[in-house]
Amino acid sequence: MKKYISIIMLMAAVFCMGLPAFAGEQSAAPMAATAAPAPAPKLDSGDTAWMIVATAMVMLMSIPGLALFYGGLAKTKDALNTMAMTFVTFCIVSLLWVIYGYPLSFGTDIGGFIGSTEKLFLKGIGSNSLFGTIPEYIFIVYQLTFAAITVSLASGAYIERMKFSAWVLFSIFWMTLVYIPVAHWVWGNGFLAKLGALDFAGGTVVHVNAGIAALVGALVLGKRHAKAIMPGNLTLVITGAGLLWFGWFGFNAGSALAANGLAGAAFINTNTAAAVAALAWMFVEWKHSGKPTVLGLASGAVGGLVAITPAAGFVNVTGAIVIGIAAGIVPFYAVAKLKPMLGYDDTLDAFGIHGIGGMLGAILTGVFADPAINPAGTGLFYGNPGQLWTQFIAVGVTVLYSGIMTFIIFMVLKLVVGIRADADEEAAGLDESQHGERAYNN
Amino acid sequence: MKKIEAIIKPFKLDDVKEALNALGIQGMTVTEVKGFGRQKGHVELYRGAEYDISFIPKVKIEIVVAAGMVNKAVDAIMEKAKTGKIGDGKIFISPLEETIRIRTGERGETAI
Repeated sequence: MKKYISIIMLMAAVFCMGLPAFAGEQSAAPMAATAAPAPAPKLDSGDTAWMIVATAMVMLMSIPGLALFYGGLAKTKDALNTMAMTFVTFCIVSLLWVIYGYPLSFGTDIGGFIGSTEKLFLKGIGSNSLFGTIPEYIFIVYQLTFAAITVSLASGAYIERMKFSAWVLFSIFWMTLVYIPVAHWVWGNGFLAKLGALDFAGGTVVHVNAGIAALVGALVLGKRHAKAIMPGNLTLVITGAGLLWFGWFGFNAGSALAANGLAGAAFINTNTAAAVAALAWMFVEWKHSGKPTVLGLASGAVGGLVAITPAAGFVNVTGAIVIGIAAGIVPFYAVAKLKPMLGYDDTLDAFGIHGIGGMLGAILTGVFADPAINPAGTGLFYGNPGQLWTQFIAVGVTVLYSGIMTFIIFMVLKLVVGIRADADEEAAGLDESQHGERAYNN
Repeated sequence: MKKIEAIIKPFKLDDVKEALNALGIQGMTVTEVKGFGRQKGHVELYRGAEYDISFIPKVKIEIVVAAGMVNKAVDAIMEKAKTGKIGDGKIFISPLEETIRIRTGERGETAI
């Protein structure tokens, strides 16, 4: 019971932080760049070409990027199952997105909370339909790849003990009940967009959302019996981290939805923050533990990529460097100190890196947003302190909603189908017990 | 005939093999093993957390020699496998009842 109480306490704390701001700040800052459905009716072939490439790059982040990053960190006996979680989720989300995911996220806004159902099964959309200057079909797949990786990110906290059947059901319910509404609120002209929350490429929608789901799910699942990271293959982890970094250019620079200068700003900020965060993590770990681990370099880079995600198209390079430094240091302590102190078993630190890194990035976006980079966002340092509160609200709402809904989904699954593999299945490894396969036969 | 089992640091394997070959010892069996002695385990670091790894990778060499060769072989192994630091390994010597070459059916020292 103690763990449930701690979940509720955490959410209450975050909610209280954001609450006063609800009353104070109604400054109608413009929406995030990705949310602007520009009425321009003309297709731009340069934008279209770039967005096709960017979409394929974000797909690469799931399979094989995240699958390798997580799969290599899993114990040898759980490597395939860990990869399967990302793989199956990409397939599930791919199907559901074209049936109802896209229309409910990006359809005509209903009361600020959800999109309308008029485009179910992509009804009425054809090869001539445009979203801004690109074909709507490309925009749909682009957003699909975001939804898929968000669900998969949470799996890092659950691996080595979750039943595969429960994960399949979780993917369906979580995408439907958590990702779709939050994506609508921030990017689909929902209430957070109207409030002026800045989230260029998914700091709240993707990383805070998945990071909180990771924490809550890990608490409900409980600890593994063998509670240690025992990476089966760190070279795969480094390969995966490199593919994530590469794909992230599509994720962040693609969120400009055009081949333009804003995409360029997002591109250079993304690379800068990733590199700086990797260095920051390395030096902090070197000092703290005596050795600069290679896993630390990779973890720092991912932390930097997470934190720069909401800020990529709003901050200048100085902002990106500061965000990178923070993203190398804060998640390190979350993972090395906070996790053992609180005792939750977030296997691969999906909360520590994505949850903490995402919150950090979302809040610092409200500090460093530079109107010279993007007139849609002005932060605290450029004379708009209200933006910081708006960012707190967006983070608080996401934490609260994702936390509560994830908890409900997990409890329902626990009662109906069960969420944990048996103790002996866990000991034998989930590759064998869930899939009847082994990653390595030698 | 004696059987010599030497558990050594993996990176010393080539030196030991060459020294034994130079003595005229023609065959050996090598296995990658894990274990610990007084060295105990070692510590690995993953994301700032230290994990004690009790079993350290070592290489086990098995050779069979005529009784008169034992001291020379042991000296060669000791000379080449020694670093002077903890964890250099151990040598076990035991009497051996019989050796048979499968192809020809030869027995005893001629089969070594």
